[in-house]
Amino acid sequence: MEAVSINSLSKSFNKGAIQALDAVSFSVQEGELFGLIGPDGAGKTTLFRILTTLLLPDSGEATVYGWDIRTDYQKIRREVGYMPGKFSLYQDLTVEENLSFFASVFGQKLTDNYALIQDIYEQIAPFKDRRAGKLSGGMKQKLALCCALIHRPKLLFLDEPTTGVDAVSRKEFWEMLKKLKAQGMSILVSTPYMDEANLCERIALIQNGKILSIDSPQGIIKQYPTPLYAVKAKNMISLLATLRQQEQLASCYAFGEYHHISFKSQDAQQLQQLQQTLEAAGHQEISMLAIEPSIEDCFIELMH
Amino acid sequence: MNQFITFIKKEFYHVFRDGKTLLMLFGLPIVQIVLFGFALSNEIKNAKMMILDQAKDASSQQIIERFAASPYFQIEKTINHEAAIEPSFLKGNIKMALILPANLDQDLNHTGTAAVQLLLDASDPNAANTLNGYASSILNSFQQERMLNSKLPLQLTPQIRMLYNPELKGAPTFVPGVMALVLMLVCVLMTSISIVKEKELGTMEILLVSPVNPFLLIIAKAVPYLGLSLINLAIILTLSVTLLDMPIHGSLLLLIAESTLLIITALSLGLLISNVTNSQQAAMLIAILAMMIPTLLFTGFMFPIENMPLPLQWISNLIPAKWYYIIAKSIMIKGLGFAAIWKETLILLGMTVFLLFLSFKKFKTRLE
Amino acid sequence: MEAEKVIQTVDLSKHFGDFIACNAISFEVFKGEIFGFLGANGAGKTTAMKMLCGLSAPSSGKATIAGFDIYKQTEAIKKRIGYMSQKFSLYEDLSVLENIEFFGGIYGLSQQEIKQRGQQLIDQLGLADVAKNMVGSLPLGWKQKLAFSVASLHDPEIIFLDEPTGGVDPVTRRQFWDLIYAASVRGITVFVTTHYMDEAEYCHRVSIMVDGEIKALDTPENLKKQFQVDSMEDVFFELARGAQRLGD
Repeated sequence: MEAVSINSLSKSFNKGAIQALDAVSFSVQEGELFGLIGPDGAGKTTLFRILTTLLLPDSGEATVYGWDIRTDYQKIRREVGYMPGKFSLYQDLTVEENLSFFASVFGQKLTDNYALIQDIYEQIAPFKDRRAGKLSGGMKQKLALCCALIHRPKLLFLDEPTTGVDAVSRKEFWEMLKKLKAQGMSILVSTPYMDEANLCERIALIQNGKILSIDSPQGIIKQYPTPLYAVKAKNMISLLATLRQQEQLASCYAFGEYHHISFKSQDAQQLQQLQQTLEAAGHQEISMLAIEPSIEDCFIELMH
Repeated sequence: MNQFITFIKKEFYHVFRDGKTLLMLFGLPIVQIVLFGFALSNEIKNAKMMILDQAKDASSQQIIERFAASPYFQIEKTINHEAAIEPSFLKGNIKMALILPANLDQDLNHTGTAAVQLLLDASDPNAANTLNGYASSILNSFQQERMLNSKLPLQLTPQIRMLYNPELKGAPTFVPGVMALVLMLVCVLMTSISIVKEKELGTMEILLVSPVNPFLLIIAKAVPYLGLSLINLAIILTLSVTLLDMPIHGSLLLLIAESTLLIITALSLGLLISNVTNSQQAAMLIAILAMMIPTLLFTGFMFPIENMPLPLQWISNLIPAKWYYIIAKSIMIKGLGFAAIWKETLILLGMTVFLLFLSFKKFKTRLE
Repeated sequence: MEAEKVIQTVDLSKHFGDFIACNAISFEVFKGEIFGFLGANGAGKTTAMKMLCGLSAPSSGKATIAGFDIYKQTEAIKKRIGYMSQKFSLYEDLSVLENIEFFGGIYGLSQQEIKQRGQQLIDQLGLADVAKNMVGSLPLGWKQKLAFSVASLHDPEIIFLDEPTGGVDPVTRRQFWDLIYAASVRGITVFVTTHYMDEAEYCHRVSIMVDGEIKALDTPENLKKQFQVDSMEDVFFELARGAQRLGD
């Protein structure tokens, strides 16, 4: 069964001035960890709000576990868990009070599904009498996740759970998601961090309300059209300037400690030719190697 | 039911953990009652006066004693010449002068009539009017007592009687108005802000994406404030009776019941405001513009409605506080029962049902 | 990079009651350098940055910014720095041009200068078509680029950037870094915080804060050698994993 099925969903705001979603279609399988990857303003939050029945689309169809988002919204609300992008718990209630409140919202007791959240909750349990507003970013996020899970939803919607969170906390958070997935939960998560894409089973790359590509991370990487090379030299800033003047390059941009380049045509000689050109331009300690593209490379390619 | 209790419990946490809300909830009514009761009251105490006693007999002595005993007047001087009066007025030393004619005792005993003259500084007409009321009532009571002892047949003298509030005391007219104002202010403001706060925080988003019945949510928001407002009511009434000497002539139970009705009206209005606004500032602004100012203007306790142009009088009919003001006055001052106020009660009830209906209708189950 | 030191701190500390947000941090930043200021949430980055911008007085220690004392000469410091954060950057309900005029005016540029530099900036960013549009209607990436340019309109000696690229798409993110490079080449010092570890590689030098202290400071290259790992992300993990502090 499909956990989510979306068919040609569109939504605009301000009387059509802003096209937030433009004929978006994809589906999420039951038990799948599906990532929606795209920058801010790509339409991720709008899509989440439509799927959680908070907004109505202008056109198109969408179902969650077979229920229509327009007509069966009450059934959907009973079965999904939702963690909005902004921290949305009661700052003046303690950790424990927040949790038992949200349990009772779903007509349940804290203990009913404790096993599901036990791993996560134990990390914040030492602070259970602390008010939520006084927690650190990482802990707030864990509490919010517990609150979204407390009624054991079939499907979990996480809207940018790792935005503004440091790299260590992000890693921990993805570990938690993996464990939840192992328990059979379907998860739809959005993120602007391209490096998190590899942690999902399947991903949709989204930009300006349009889906650029949908596949497994490996599948998307395989679709990358040309070989990709990484170039490094002593002075990276001037290297980038030199590379940008080379007409044989199809693309060239900074990427961590390297610059990534691809050629317009596939000619065995051109790598060596480029090396000579760079040496002639006075660059030192040049190194070049063929690399496998990352999701971010694919995103950049698809944006062009 | 369990869910409902959790919701209410949560609301109480919010209130008691927020010092500002608490202060507003309980500080505001106390400040308002004291402010309106004392500072803004049109009651005048210890007004300075002069008495020109041309009679110097038993009757004049009795009258002077009565004025001396009144808390409203302070006799600056008893004089012998009319000439001394005007300079004192001009200097602003006195607000009133009483001239008792010669042969007062004789006239009263034989003819039963005597002309007593009251001179008032009418440059402040309101004050003059009020003092006139106080003085007239003192003279009236003197006259009545005399008539009881008199062997002469009763004479009809045109006299003004200030009904229900013969001494035109300030507190009775103000207190029901302040009660209406405070109850409206606290209830409308508090409920509207508390719901909008959840929208701003984003918690409303989570609650919407849950099986919670929106009615439950709304009612749960209102219940704690109903309880707190009743405590408020108790504080206001206690203050009014002890501090402002406000009488409660009618049934206390009826007064509480009618006040509860007003509280519910106000809560409904607060819910409606919160359902149509998205920020705490907007909610507060609307609450103050749509409720506080009209309540001050159109309830009738600050500005008499009868003196307003007709269109404004019509508008005043839309203000719940106006009807409550009539009800509360009737119970507290006139001591009337439900039979006298059922019409006003019905109007208030109608408004409440309408507002509640509208706020349920306006409650959005989605974000737009 | 033997040039003058534009930021110099010695044992700079900030206490909030018993809590030591910043514990005796000492470092130097040179003219024209791109200095990455990394750390986990709650490590004390924001506190340190506020002190350096003259927004908050240190509890102890010394620091000079562009040669001015951090305690006594905060007004002089504010004239010589630019600041841009992810949250507040520009007025959304003013147009691109109006924002430029406003911020140029704040920093005391003449009408002539505002006009000239504003035009230059608009041409550079390719915003000529939308110069009269409200900033609120621009895509996030454009806004951030515009905000950076406005923050450097008055030719500050140092620009402080607080997570300038959060949530921005990968192409625009790189365009943003082009602006940073260009500023660096012009001799402007760039002091930047980020959660993107690839961006740490773009910095000349990087410091990593853990629990209120600077635990590492060097070029990305040297840091990777020092910790014997392949990427800045791993360097960050090595250091941040030992963090005791949980508070923000």
